[in-house]
Amino acid sequence: MFRGLWKLTWLEIKIFLREPMGAVGTILSPVLVFVIAGRFMGTQLASRSIAVAGFVRVGLPVLAAMMIALSAVLSLVTIISIYREGGILKRLRATPLRPHTILTAHVLAKLALTAVTMALMVLAGKRYFPVNVRIPVVGFTIALLISTWSILSIGFLIASIVPTARFAQPIGAAILYPMIALCGLFVPLQSLPPALHTAARMVPLTYAVSLLQGIWKGEAWSAHLGDVAALVIVFVICTALSAKVFRWE
Amino acid sequence: MGVSGTPRPVIQVSGIRKTYGATVAVSEVSFEVGEGEIFGLIGPNGAGKTTTMECVEGVRRPDRGVISILGLDPFRDVYRLQNRIGVQLQQAQLQKRIKVWEAVDLWASLYSKAVDGNRLLEQLGLANKRDAWFMTLSGGQKQRLFIALALINDPEVVFLDELTTGLDPQSRQAIWGLVRGIRERGKTVFMTTHLMEEAERLCDRVAIIEHGKIIDIGSPDELVRRHCPVRTVVLATGNALAEEHLLTIPYVEAVARQDGRFTIQGRGDDLVTEVIHCLSENRIRVTEFRTVLPSLEDVFLKLTGHSIRD
Repeated sequence: MFRGLWKLTWLEIKIFLREPMGAVGTILSPVLVFVIAGRFMGTQLASRSIAVAGFVRVGLPVLAAMMIALSAVLSLVTIISIYREGGILKRLRATPLRPHTILTAHVLAKLALTAVTMALMVLAGKRYFPVNVRIPVVGFTIALLISTWSILSIGFLIASIVPTARFAQPIGAAILYPMIALCGLFVPLQSLPPALHTAARMVPLTYAVSLLQGIWKGEAWSAHLGDVAALVIVFVICTALSAKVFRWE
Repeated sequence: MGVSGTPRPVIQVSGIRKTYGATVAVSEVSFEVGEGEIFGLIGPNGAGKTTTMECVEGVRRPDRGVISILGLDPFRDVYRLQNRIGVQLQQAQLQKRIKVWEAVDLWASLYSKAVDGNRLLEQLGLANKRDAWFMTLSGGQKQRLFIALALINDPEVVFLDELTTGLDPQSRQAIWGLVRGIRERGKTVFMTTHLMEEAERLCDRVAIIEHGKIIDIGSPDELVRRHCPVRTVVLATGNALAEEHLLTIPYVEAVARQDGRFTIQGRGDDLVTEVIHCLSENRIRVTEFRTVLPSLEDVFLKLTGHSIRD
């Protein structure tokens, strides 16, 4: 059923890392931003205000994690639309590769790179980030992978609707980035007006943020089964829709 | 022998029709491809060549009609079929930064049987490009790689869609040699082209397609004889009585004269022999002699009323 999956996944990872912007843009830059912001905020501001200190301790890692997830999704949207425009998807499809194998390979490649970025961030953070609490690294990484996996399915939906590869990045960003404003990362959901609160509950990122924040703070997974369920539902809906509207050429 | 006088047919297409919205891409297309032959679908861009080919490959499903390839229904049995056919798609690309050997290796892993990829690359003159990224290959090298990928599973039928479009004459010649090599290995080749010269040089039989309909099918020679039977001989002579003699030649229909140069037109394969016979019998000294034979290009012009490049 999944003949060629591992080979194709490994190939896609290698090909991605060969891109000039591949490794630097998506792996190193979130780590760098995280380190710089962490140092700056950690040393300059943490002592002055409890709110900022709270943001640095929980918000910043979660924000960085969300940026990793979103950059993975944007990169997926771009790659898929370039592959479609260049006839690469069509060529792969004319082999015994099953269509779902081709798409699954891309998801796995992105998840692998997400995990690597996450690991680098933690390593870098250990050294520079002035947080002395114990960090649930494994749990947080799993939470990030679940979140990324779910948001990637939105990426496939976006990849289905972008007309050409040139518009992939801007359209993807225009859809995904506004979600950050509403996902409870900067403004707590409780303090939003009712209409926006409802809107925020419709944003898949909200559940990702809630899950990541909770796990980072050391809360139990059992307290966040609702978030995981929501992310699974997002995945199921988006995958089902993509299966209907996805264009191979 | 099949209905059309070809060996055992490996592809049978009957009455297929495919529409995209209001556009009819192909309609009532029927033909057979015999085992071991190079069969060409020729026609201008947009005539329905690729659509027809993709229906046979199982990539597209026709709205109507029946296709049988190697005894299989291409759409229903597409995964079984894919193990037995090799496909080169028109204007296909691979990942920009995939290496040549990686592509061959991936493809080889996908089929239930595969030939030695390194030997294949060697045969196609790509051995020294094993580690090159796809994006760094020339047009001819890319097409040779696609041929390699189409041959990796030792297929029984090979599909080549506009294989040499955009290549320079030298690369084109080299690719033609490779295609003949595929046939010599006993494989059936189904190709499309809008280059009449390519069809004439490569194909055992061709089907001319325009506006989604097949106009005629036959070997290039047959088609020329059927639709453009007029042969032309051009000769130059100082003999004042030449015109008189030339007009008496059997099969000759017209003799045009411009100064000392005569253009003789007539029907049938014997025309040239008869002209030579007349010249020697009447001891007419000629300083120039050439024959002009019609080509598929002329057949196309005759059948459609326009040149294929229009």
